[in-house]
Amino acid sequence: MSVEAHEIVPIPSNLPEETIPEAARRRLSSPWASFVVIVITVVWTIPTLGLLVTSLRPKEDAQNSGWWTFFTDPTATLSNYSEVLTGGEVIPGGITPYFFNSIAIAIPATVFALVIACMAAYALAWIPFKGSTVIFFAIFALQVVPLQMALLPLLQMFNKGWSIGPIPIFPDLNQAGSAQSLFAGTYIPLWIAHTMFALPIAIFLLHNFIGQLPRELMEAARVDGASHFLIFRKLILPLSIPAIASFAIFEFLWVWNDLLVALTFAGGTQDVAPVTAYLANIKGTYGAQLHLITAGAFIAIVIPLIVFFALQRFFVRGLLAGSVKG
Amino acid sequence: MEELVSGFGKIGNALAAVAIVLAILLIVFFLASRAKGRAQGPIAGLVFLGPAVLLLIYGLVVPAIRTTTGSFQDANGKDFVGLANYGWIFTSPGNSTFLVNTVLWIIIAPLLSTALGLTLALLLDRMKRESISKSLIFMPMAISFVGAGIIWGLVYEYRDPSQSQVGLLSQVVMWLGVDDPPNWILWQPFNNFLLMIIMIWIQVGFAMVVLSAAIKAIPTDVIEASELDGATGWKQFIKVTIPMIRGTLIVVLTTIMIAVLKIFDIVRTMTNGNFGTQVVANEMYAQSFVAFDVGRGSALAVILFIGVAPIIAYNVVQLRKERSVR
Repeated sequence: MSVEAHEIVPIPSNLPEETIPEAARRRLSSPWASFVVIVITVVWTIPTLGLLVTSLRPKEDAQNSGWWTFFTDPTATLSNYSEVLTGGEVIPGGITPYFFNSIAIAIPATVFALVIACMAAYALAWIPFKGSTVIFFAIFALQVVPLQMALLPLLQMFNKGWSIGPIPIFPDLNQAGSAQSLFAGTYIPLWIAHTMFALPIAIFLLHNFIGQLPRELMEAARVDGASHFLIFRKLILPLSIPAIASFAIFEFLWVWNDLLVALTFAGGTQDVAPVTAYLANIKGTYGAQLHLITAGAFIAIVIPLIVFFALQRFFVRGLLAGSVKG
Repeated sequence: MEELVSGFGKIGNALAAVAIVLAILLIVFFLASRAKGRAQGPIAGLVFLGPAVLLLIYGLVVPAIRTTTGSFQDANGKDFVGLANYGWIFTSPGNSTFLVNTVLWIIIAPLLSTALGLTLALLLDRMKRESISKSLIFMPMAISFVGAGIIWGLVYEYRDPSQSQVGLLSQVVMWLGVDDPPNWILWQPFNNFLLMIIMIWIQVGFAMVVLSAAIKAIPTDVIEASELDGATGWKQFIKVTIPMIRGTLIVVLTTIMIAVLKIFDIVRTMTNGNFGTQVVANEMYAQSFVAFDVGRGSALAVILFIGVAPIIAYNVVQLRKERSVR
């Protein structure tokens, strides 16, 4: 089998950006529309700009005058950032450990969700068995369970184990003689919880893509004697890169920005809690220290913003795959 | 320095965990692919689908059932109390606040986000250069609710009118001639709308991007035919554009609705539910993890579930229709 896979498979693009001929667009374009859009763009951007400017101002300035006065009376400093990063007089603990926690939570959670969802999507799309349609719809329908509903029982499972009557279905992970779960102080509950919660939508989106790969290709590979595992690794994964990339960005942003799962499974300790938990905490405790809160917030949003601007096309494609149907 | 070392250590551990999980998967793949004959298909199905199904059962199905049973039990999850927790939700006098607020959120935030997103999508369609505006309006999607809360906290910051203003909103209304702007966050009941604006700020980009793609996917000949028939402007919008993107509109609206129903982070960071801004999702968190009343917390989670269920059920029906067409 010597087909060049990427040559014969048109990558389904959900972004019909260039479908309207240029001429038609020019005819439609109006300065009035541009004006309104620009006004809204400015309004939408100003709050974030305010955050950035405030984070660069000295304490007295930030607390006593509006950030817009910065433009007539510019005094900038990076000391807020150094204080928030390492901790200082006002806020004893810095954001740095939390920042690393966020990375250490988000990367594995994204990879695990993707791998497991890809496998399931492949099975549901290309391994024929009785009931696969039912399972597919059941998984899709599981989106109905709000995170909030799953949190408490899951927390109990991680802490005390689960059993139905005398039959254990999840082991009690408490070490002998201690009230601490083996998982306590690790990222493991966070990885598992995020992976679980991502699966319904991930399987749905990836199934949409993987299911549309050409049937001839799979059949040819099967006729050549390739196992499902070989097909999955050598055909499905490489061909699904666009869909995988979209969902990876989606999931990374979701995990990075999550607060609820983090608060439930990591508490607020600097060993495992992410930046969002740190931010929520300092906002509550040191809310008046605008110069520090804003610097912390900017540090927390800079990674998602970079990911977002660098990979926007993939992100949009992922969104559209989930929302624009048919 | 120490923090950096431990930080990179954390990331190292996280990457090691990823490597271990992937290695285990590869070994399982290798072993399973040695199966021959009739067992091949079922074994592959089990290996591919097993992890996802297990995680979903442990992470969503069982917790959902346990939460439902928990909602009929007392605060410690011991004694059966019938519908007492639900009775408390709907009859306790203080609770009407979060019930009413949640209903307001579900109606107002999705409708305004979608309407504004649709307007922007239509306007963008008439612009020559749209990408920068699109990116900037879309950007808040990448920012966490906590970050957004801090960004908007700055906008709503209150200072006595005699002082120099720090909050942008107060300053703007003072420029417009209002002498004593209210303390926005305490300004009941309008503070609810100020919190909703944060959600709208985040969601408009999503609505815009998705609807914009849907509008561009309308075949050009449909538009031209309607123009030949004399439909232009408003008439064309109502009679042609809206019906053509109806499906996408509903998806956008329901997606935002689900997000709003579970809204937790914004309220928690901005007011923690005080000053008449409580919503069901945050009350659920407070009951479960602050008051440690598992019964009430579970009942509130079930209320969220009942709120989401019809929306997901509708989506499942739509999906099945689509599938049967294919």
